[in-house]
Parts: sequence; C-alpha cells; structure tokens
Amino acid sequence: MNALRAENLVIGGGVVGLSVAFGLLQAGHKVHVLDGADRDLRASHGNFGLTWLQGKGARYAPYSRWTWSAVQQWPAFAEELAEISGQEVALEQPGGFEFFTDSDEHQTFAADLAAQAKTLGHDFTYQSCDGDTLRRNIPGIGPDVTGATYCAHDGHVNPLKLLHALRLSVQRLGGTIQTNATVKDLKRDGAFYRGILADQSQIAADRVFLCAGLGASDLAPQLGFRTIVRPQRGELLITERLETRLPFLSSTIRQVDEGGVQIGGTKAEVGPDDAETLPKMRELARHAVAIWPALAEVNILRSWGALRVVTPDGYPVYGRAPDGGDAFLVTCHSGVTLSPVHAKQLVAWFDDHKDAPNLEGFRDDRF
Amino acid sequence: MKNLIVIGAGPAGMSAAATAARGGAKVLLLDEQPHPGGQIFRNITRNRNTLPHLGPDYAKGLEQAEALQHPNLTCRFGSTVWRIDDGRAKDGPRVAYSQNGKSQSVAARHVLIATGAQERPTPFPGWTLPGVMPAGAAQILMKSSDLIPREAILAGTGPLLYLIAAQMIDAGTPPLALVETQTSSMMARALSKMPRAMIDRQQVFKGLSLLRKIQKAGVRRYTAAQEFRARPQGDGLTFTFTSKGKEHVLHCALLLCHQGIVPSTNLTRSAGIPHQWNVTQLCWQPTHDDDGRTDRPGLWVAGDGAGIFGADAACAQGVITANAILCALDDLSPDIARHINAHALNRRFRADALRPFLDAAYAPAPEFLSPVDETILCRCEEITAGQVRVAASNGAEGPRQMKTATRAGMGPCQGRMCDLSVTTTLAAHSGRHPTDLGPHRARSPCKPVTLGELSRLDLGD
Amino acid sequence: MTVSRFTRRNEAIQDIISFSLDGQPASACAGDTVAAALLAHDSAAFRHTGIHSSPRTPFCMMGICFDCLVTIDGVQNQQACMITVTVGMDIRRQAGFRKLEGRS
Ligand SMILES: Cc1cc2nc3c(=O)[nH]c(=O)nc-3n(C[C@H](O)[C@H](O)[C@H](O)COP(=O)(O)OP(=O)(O)OC[C@H]3O[C@@H](n4cnc5c(N)ncnc54)[C@H](O)[C@@H]3O)c2cc1C
Ligand code: FES
Repeated sequence: MNALRAENLVIGGGVVGLSVAFGLLQAGHKVHVLDGADRDLRASHGNFGLTWLQGKGARYAPYSRWTWSAVQQWPAFAEELAEISGQEVALEQPGGFEFFTDSDEHQTFAADLAAQAKTLGHDFTYQSCDGDTLRRNIPGIGPDVTGATYCAHDGHVNPLKLLHALRLSVQRLGGTIQTNATVKDLKRDGAFYRGILADQSQIAADRVFLCAGLGASDLAPQLGFRTIVRPQRGELLITERLETRLPFLSSTIRQVDEGGVQIGGTKAEVGPDDAETLPKMRELARHAVAIWPALAEVNILRSWGALRVVTPDGYPVYGRAPDGGDAFLVTCHSGVTLSPVHAKQLVAWFDDHKDAPNLEGFRDDRF
Repeated sequence: MKNLIVIGAGPAGMSAAATAARGGAKVLLLDEQPHPGGQIFRNITRNRNTLPHLGPDYAKGLEQAEALQHPNLTCRFGSTVWRIDDGRAKDGPRVAYSQNGKSQSVAARHVLIATGAQERPTPFPGWTLPGVMPAGAAQILMKSSDLIPREAILAGTGPLLYLIAAQMIDAGTPPLALVETQTSSMMARALSKMPRAMIDRQQVFKGLSLLRKIQKAGVRRYTAAQEFRARPQGDGLTFTFTSKGKEHVLHCALLLCHQGIVPSTNLTRSAGIPHQWNVTQLCWQPTHDDDGRTDRPGLWVAGDGAGIFGADAACAQGVITANAILCALDDLSPDIARHINAHALNRRFRADALRPFLDAAYAPAPEFLSPVDETILCRCEEITAGQVRVAASNGAEGPRQMKTATRAGMGPCQGRMCDLSVTTTLAAHSGRHPTDLGPHRARSPCKPVTLGELSRLDLGD
Repeated sequence: MTVSRFTRRNEAIQDIISFSLDGQPASACAGDTVAAALLAHDSAAFRHTGIHSSPRTPFCMMGICFDCLVTIDGVQNQQACMITVTVGMDIRRQAGFRKLEGRS
C-alpha cells in the first residue's frame, strides 16, 4: 500500500497539537496533523479557558517559570493568531481571584503564593485579603466569602475560539489537517516512523510529535515513552448569556466573552467517564451563589464533564524518544495557558535551536 | 419508593400510567403542562367537548385523562424533568424535576420516558420572522385558548396540515391557501404502500374526507412547492415560493409551516440511551425493543418519543410497555401479559401498517434538510447554514466539533430547534451518512434551571 | 396598535381578566398562557434577540424553542407559552440578554 509521507507529523489536533503544529510551521517546517474521531475525549473542547499563573508550580520552580513565560507571551501570541487566522481569541488579562469560604484553605494557598513569589521574583504581583476588604472593593461578593487572593497576571481566552484560530492558522500557513484519522499503531522503521490509521491507511514521517491528549496512552509506550497519562474529570456549568458583565475573573467563575458564565473546578478520578453528575452540579451551583449571590436568578443551560490529561505528578512532559530518534511526546494539563510557549520555546527545543529553553524539569524519564 | 415514574402525560404516558396503576404499581406521573393530554389532547380536561371544530378524535382524549384517577397514581403537573439517571445510579433510576421553582431528585424502580414528539424544524429564509410558526403550534393555540389563525397560509407537508385546515374551516376561518411541498412523484411512490395502509382504512378514509372538506371550502392549493422565503411586510408577511416552475407571491398575517414530526430526544439522549437514525423518517430515535425496553437498566420509552407512529399506536404502546414493566416488577406474569396485550397489539399493528404510506407520501422536502446558505439554522445563536458549511470545510466534521466551532446548539433550547438541521446539512455537505456522524450529545439540565434552584436541589440525602 | 394574527371565537370570550403589558392595561381570557394572551392582544414581537436584535414572536408553543421569552413580574426570560396569565400580572416585552439585578 502506498503510504502518505510527512516531514513533521503531529498526532492530535487539540490545543496542544495545533500549538505545536503552528510553531513548527512558523519555524519553516512542513507539517501534517492527524486528528482523531469526533467522539474522542477532547479536553480542548470542554475546558475552562484560563490563562492562569496563580499557584501554578508554587512548589515546582520549573513549572512556575514556564507558566510565567507563557502568560507574558499571551498578548503578542493572541495578536499573531488573529492576524494570521482572522479569528480573535478574546484574550483578557485583568488579573484573577481565588475565593475562599474556609480560612484554613486561604492560609495554605497564600503560603503557596508566597513560595511562588520567591521563585518568580519582584515582577510577580499578588495580594491576599479578607472577606470584608474584598466586599468593599467588589460590592456584591457574598457574605460567606472569608477571603481571597489576587494575582495580576491571570487571564482567560475563549478556548473554542482559540482552537478555531489555531486550526485556521495552521491551514493558512500551509499545514494540512487530516480529520477522522486515528492512529492505531506507531513504530520506528529505520530513519523514519510509520503509523497505521484506523482505516488501515499508512503514513510515514521523519519526525513525529505525539500530542494526542488521553489518546497518547496507547501510542506512547509503542515508542518507548514511560509517561502514563490518566483522565481526571472536571465538571462545568454554563449559564445563559448575560448583558451584565461580571466585575471579576476567578479560577472557578468566569464570564465568557459571549456573555455566559462558566462555573467549574471539580476534580474526580473516575476513569474515562465524562458524564456530568447531580452532586457536582449542585456543588458548583452552591459555590457560584455563595461567591456572587446575584447569580441565583440566572439560568443554567448545560453542564458537562471533561477529562483533564494528567501526568503522574501533574506537570507537563516534554520527552524525546529514549532511543534518541526524532519522536517527541508532548502532554500536559493547562494546554490553553501554555499554548504560546508550546508554539515558540518548545519548537526551538525540538529543533535544538540555540535559544532552546532548558526543559530538563519536564523529562519523560522522571517517572 | 415508587415502582414507576412516567414522564409525559400524552397518549402513551397516560395509558401506561393508568395501566400500571391498575396493575398494582405505585406510579408517579410527571408532565410540564398544567393539565394532562400531551400535545394531541392538549387542554382536554378543561375544554371537554366545547370545541366541536377540533373534531371527534380530540374528544376521545377525555376518557384517557379521566382514567388517571386511581389511588395508585400520583400526578404532578407543571413538573419539568431535567435529568434522568439510569439504574446504575445509587438506589435505582432517578429523575430530577422542577416544580414551582423547586427541584428534587426522586428514585423509582423503573422510569418510562413518554415525552412525545416535536415538529421538525423547517428552516428557510425568513422562518424566524414574527408571524412564522409551526402549524402544530397554531393548533395548540386553538386547543388551549380557542384562538383561530387569521389570514393564515398553511405551508409544508403532512396529514396534520389537512387536519388543521379542516379545523380552521369548521371554525369559520379557512386558511388563505394550502401550499404543499410534496410532489406527484412522491405520491406515486407512496401509492405502492397503499394496500398495506388499508389495514387501517378508517384513518385513510378520515384523511380523504379532510381533503374533500378543504376542496369544498375552496381553499387555494399549490403542490410541489419549493424555494420558500418569507419577508416582513407591514404587520404581516410576504411569502414567496415556486410551484411547478412558477413563482408565487402571497401575503398573510401568519405563515404556518409543517414538515412532519420527529421524536423529542433530548431527555433520552442525555440519559445515555443509544439512538439510531430512522432512514425513512430522517430523524433520531432511541433504540428499544418491542416492549419499549432500552439498554439502560430501568429506562423505558413509549409513544412518539420512541419513534413516530401517531397517537393511536402511542396509546397502545403505553399499555404494552406498562405490562412489560409490571412483569419486571413481578406484578404480572408474561403469559397473562401476552393475553391482555392482544387488543393493544392489534391497534399497534394497524398504525404500523399506515406509517410507510404516510412516510413516503409526506417525506420532508430536501430544501429544509439542507437549506440555502443565508438560512438561519440555529434560531437561538442565529447561526446560518452557510456558517455551518464553512465550518465543515474547515474541518468540523462531526456534531461535536460543529457545535464548538459555530455555537449552533448552544442556545437555551439546547439544540432542539437546530440539531437535526445541522446534522442533515452537514450530511449533505460532506456526503456522510447521519449514522456515521452520530447524534448530538445531550447534557443535563435538559431544560434550564436557575443556579439558585440547583443550589437548593433536594437530592434526597 | 397592530391587529392580532388570531381571532377568538365569540363563544370563547368569557372570564375576562386584566393584566398589564408594558405598563398599559390589557386583558385576556382566564386560562390563557401568557403567550396566547399577548398573541391575542396584537401582532408585535415579544422580544428582540441579544445577538442581532432580531424581532421574535412565539414559535413552538410547547416550551422547547425559547423564542417567547418575556419578563413577568420582574423576572426576565420567562417562557410565555408555559405560564398561565393571572390577574394583575406585570408582563413586559424584552430586548437583549438578561441583565443582572441592580447592575448595568
Ligand atoms: C474541565 C477542564 C478544565 C480545564 N481548564 C483549563 C484552563 O482553564 N486553562 C488551561 O490552560 N487548561 C485547562 N484545561 C486543560 C486543557 O483543556 C488541556 O490541557 C488541553 O486541552 C489538552 O489538549 P490536548 O491537545 O493535549 O488534548 P485534547 O484536546 O484531548 O486533544 C487530543 C486530540 O488528539 C486526538 N487523538 C487522540 N488519539 C489519537 C490517535 N491515536 N490518532 C490521532 N489523533 C488522536 C483526539 O481526537 C483529540 O483531538 C482544562 C481541562 C479540563 C478537562
Ligand atoms: S436553535 Fe440552536 S440552540 Fe436553540
């Protein structure tokens, strides 16, 4: 059978794969993206859209610095994407809140932020305040809120617009995206890599970038990678669109540019099950009403579960095939936040460019 | 705990609830309307026989509604079910519903979903304008408020159009015109199914007498109509279409459209029941066996929500499913069930015989399945067919990617008014079969609830 | 005022109740849904959408399309076809998306 040939093959057309593809194209490479079935578990279609620094890597300096770099680059990245694709991603970086209804949790988190500040130095701006101070500054916050932290570098995008902008940009820059193309088998064959697709067609590539989210768990071992990713379910609610703008952005309540309010933040280890559940739906509703009581009258249109792609220690994995070949594993949670560094620094690292960042902290063989 | 929760008090739900209650089961019947009857017998308990122009079939619903008076049967009207968990949930299947601004989740051994049908969305340029309505919606106004459409055009296809035309004639306000999309070749093809349809000759004759009435009243009739387009004109509408190659321009206050009905599947899909594409009726329906059993433990379906067969069949199926549930509860032996189902099986058989003829004669017209680019497909998010096609060309190749790429289906109706049109438009554009695309995933809450109400949800814990 | 797109049979006009429509007195028949009451009243749009400000009147009349949304007794986005009109009800047509209480 005649195999399709690709110089750079990106497996996975989620936000991670497309960011990598976008970066490779900008670095002058030829790129072909394979993306799986419509019904696959797709974190990029169900996430919260935050570009978030607060608390990230508080106890793991490489991750904190990597995320810092990403949020710094977001404005230019958003502009670049809009220019190439014609699609705005609705980036806003107004700074974000973490709200607490339990002072112990507040204290613990504030200590984390202090540790993060130590890593990041003077440019990292954050605050911590009690409930009354918060209510004076943002009238309308509920009486049960005991305190909050605030980080000036947090923001959000419309994750669906981001995905769309990436997809269009990849195509405009000459990349090709093959949909409904699930790779079933992947192995090294001398100087190149061979993949077999679900429809039995074959593909051969010089370099392979495995960015298949949860789909990587089948393929990564075939190339000798050690990381095993697992699904972690997050549930979300979305309300009807509002004319009124919410006066804050938080890691659990945010207003999408179109007007709907998203509420999220649950975590459950339930395997590959992305169903939404009644107890969590109620928990999210209670949380939203506690933080911003005026939301009580607003209709929820839909709830859903989505599966996070989680590595054993929760930090990204950027791995090169143990046999030294040109196969790379890219997987992380927070693929939205990290999109700019995946497109720039990570690609420089693939290419062994002189500006390549030090990614020792994210090796595949750390597990 | 109840033995059975029945959702929907139309012909299927009413007959199932009454049958199960008589058979000894403790039954809870939930319906979001204030009174029993479903769409076909809407408001029957209040109208009784005061609206003769609605015809004798409508009056038949009264008997069914009255059979709901049974000590084993609790009815909660004004109760909107927004989520169903199947039998794998803690203590059996559960149903979450909202009544008077309060939501609760109740468990039962079995749940029967009998939520009926909705009219197939009929997207064409101008269908979102004031004064354009589905014909069935206008009929609901006739039943619930005795409002008769004025200066109305009936446009589309299906036996319901004839019935409504006849009802309007009898009420003294005939339609201005009857504009039908079916063609003579469709009718010719349907004729081969006529011999079998004659098994239900009563219905066939009823249809013919409606047509005679319309003819006698001198209502203008156009057939093989295409290229629907509505534009606002003063307080009313200009309706243009072509019929047999000639363009027509009509004026009206109301444009009442119809392309048949399709199962309402939001609840059944969100409950995780598998669905299949009905290739003749061009819609999704939950997969189930002859008894109405689905593959989800404790979940059953009956009536038009399980597949379109009409009110008579729905009523019969309600009995059959209720008896199967009684068997599952050990309140009835299968042998006796077979015996007492005989009458219902016979009714179902007759309705089944008629359906192929109706499906062939009144199939939806292609222009509503894949409308011209400028047509709004998603009324809530105001997304056009053209936008859907562009997204498809950019790689949104299934219902989920289409939804996230365009927002079609993300509005307050949760895709009820657009999922089907998006599927058929996408299928036509990409040359893929709907079965291959798969149904849209539905999520709870299936009807909006406020955050306040959800935060106070009584989980029975 | 524009003429309704519907007529009511004479024998149906009984049990008249009064309500308020956009601050003006109006009447309906007892048992009418809010949608029926407004449709019987005149032919105007119930609301203008939040996206393109397009005018809409009720569509499905069975609670599934959300085109008939109005403000009832101060509560926005109520489905007019699912709520029975009551004496003295304050019904208002709407424009745009929901506005949160006390905020602009
Ligand atoms: C509830 C929730 C909230 C989140 N919130 C945020 C947030 O606020 N901010 C943030 O930065 N991140 C957030 N995330 C994380 C973010 O969504 C993910 O990091 C990101 O989407 C991962 O992208 P991905 O491309 O790795 O995976 P996916 O989006 O899952 O994409 C994987 C792709 O690979 C394809 N694929 C799989 N297997 C194969 C195969 N064998 N062959 C070909 N293709 C294949 C699939 O079809 C799919 O398109 C959230 C995640 C969840 C679940
Ligand atoms: S019509 Fe598309 S969501 Fe309502």
